[in-house]
Amino acid sequence: MSWLTTYVRPKIRNLLGKREVPDNLWVQCDACKQMIFVKDLEKNLKVCPHCSHHMRADAAERLAWTFDDGQYTRIELPKAPHDPLGFRDRKRYPDRLKEARAATGHDDALMVAHGTIGGEPAVVAVLAFEFLSGTMGAAVGEGLVAAARLAVLQKAALVVFTASGGARMQEGMISLMQMPRSVIARQMLREAKLPYIVVLTNPTTGGVTASFAMLGDVQIAEPNALIGFAGQRVIQQTVRETLPEGFQRSEYLLDHGMLDMVVARRELPGRLGTLIALLGHGAAKVAA
Amino acid sequence: MTRQFLDFEKPVAELEQRIDSLRETMAAPPAVSGEAAPAIDVAAEIAQLEDKVDRQLRATYAKLTPAQKVQVARHAQRPHALDYIARLITDFVPLAGDRAFAEDQAVVGGIGRFEGQPVVVIGTERGFDTESRIRHNFGMAKPEGYRKARRLIELAGRFGLPILTLVDTSGAFPGIEAEARGQAEAIAASIDACLTAPVPLIATVIGEGGSGGAIALAAADRILMLEHAIYSVISPEGCAAILWRDAAQAPVAAEALKLTAADLQRLHLIDTVIGEPIGGAHREPNAVIDAVGRAIASALPDLLALRPEALLAQRREKFLAMGRLG
Repeated sequence: MSWLTTYVRPKIRNLLGKREVPDNLWVQCDACKQMIFVKDLEKNLKVCPHCSHHMRADAAERLAWTFDDGQYTRIELPKAPHDPLGFRDRKRYPDRLKEARAATGHDDALMVAHGTIGGEPAVVAVLAFEFLSGTMGAAVGEGLVAAARLAVLQKAALVVFTASGGARMQEGMISLMQMPRSVIARQMLREAKLPYIVVLTNPTTGGVTASFAMLGDVQIAEPNALIGFAGQRVIQQTVRETLPEGFQRSEYLLDHGMLDMVVARRELPGRLGTLIALLGHGAAKVAA
Repeated sequence: MTRQFLDFEKPVAELEQRIDSLRETMAAPPAVSGEAAPAIDVAAEIAQLEDKVDRQLRATYAKLTPAQKVQVARHAQRPHALDYIARLITDFVPLAGDRAFAEDQAVVGGIGRFEGQPVVVIGTERGFDTESRIRHNFGMAKPEGYRKARRLIELAGRFGLPILTLVDTSGAFPGIEAEARGQAEAIAASIDACLTAPVPLIATVIGEGGSGGAIALAAADRILMLEHAIYSVISPEGCAAILWRDAAQAPVAAEALKLTAADLQRLHLIDTVIGEPIGGAHREPNAVIDAVGRAIASALPDLLALRPEALLAQRREKFLAMGRLG
């Protein structure tokens, strides 16, 4: 299992690159339109200090915010078939991949790392929305299976952060088959009696929602995240009704019994640590 | 019922119209003038035309484009899940409801016998006329439909009954209520149930295999597919609208998505392609239903011979390999 032994260091260059914004830069909140000092926004984990709007975070930020002291070890994920269909829309799929790789420094849309959360061992898998909208193709499926195997090997919890437009259309039916494949990854945790916790972030839709993202032992979402199976435009075209206020948002899903809790970004690591400690010890007892 | 023709079947439609009108001439009383052609010539001409129809259909259906297969797969007169159940399953007892919210008739299912063997059958049913299409919601299941499927899968597991699924859906229903009741969770849980059922599970894509709504019933030991059925991660129309920003590019998207049975077999994503009668399943429904029956019958014994643990391990490995390099 070479992927277990070949660790790669966090992409420090990437992280540093992001910090190169001038200190005096201001950005506008998409929600309340107020101006925010960039430094304040970063310190506030990309949550608007005025209206608490949770802005999109990238995969590296997620990992840094989630693990204790921002310390973690990334694992290299197995390679997946390159353009299995020979797909071309307005652009060739290999070109789209190449561009996404150049822009993000990621191989594909999943990052996996291990470390501790609240002192508890955990493996964290993050869907990188910045990489082709976090869509799930063979590489993401393969990565989730690798993450599950690592968690089982380390007797650790698996925490998955989702942010995805759904299936990677350019991989056709191979991308659809990642739905059962990702469900198998989830089953590996269940069989090992280890906690599997899903944190849904904005946006999580399509085949990702309809597979591993809705099968957590505990389902958490960030505030006001768009979470659903079908896209809102498709729904509107089908039912020709006005969509209700807050439709497919975290709070709507919580009201409809689809989530355990909506947790603000800053509270997430603490909540995850507590949950893993409670569930993890239960699992140890069952196993003993 | 009058036969419905697809746009690329126009030459066939014209030939069959001529055959029909010749038949009418034959049946009509002789004209007073006595100038009507002798019946024998008319019969010969009909035979000749029928031969032409046959050759035309063979030629057309031998090289259907992916976009044409999409049309054939969605043909209104193509046999549906209930047609298969009626012909292949004896002692069929339909079962209903998800025990939580509703009975969703987009998913039909129950217990019965397949060649004497008790089985659970689950299918998506589109309906065959306006009234039944509305009743079955055009084959688009809501969460309660997938929860009913899961209930039947679990029932099959408890009683050791093999599961046969018949997939024919444009996809899971995209609606407000469906989302409110957890469409995504219902599909995910149905996939989970398929992958953990300790009994043989054979899925057959008989028409359209539409994305998540199809895989919810098709995470199976064996995936069979009719020759002109399609199975896709997204409809070609939807794909074209998103990637080409132009729904009119659907035929191009159909080609690119590799959604035909032949393509999917080449990609090792399905196991068996079941041949259809000349001119497609809708021309000879009974023949195609029997062919599906034979394909299921030949797949089942190997699976029945396996112990549940071996069966589950094999099913898991099958899906773990999909998208693995090498």
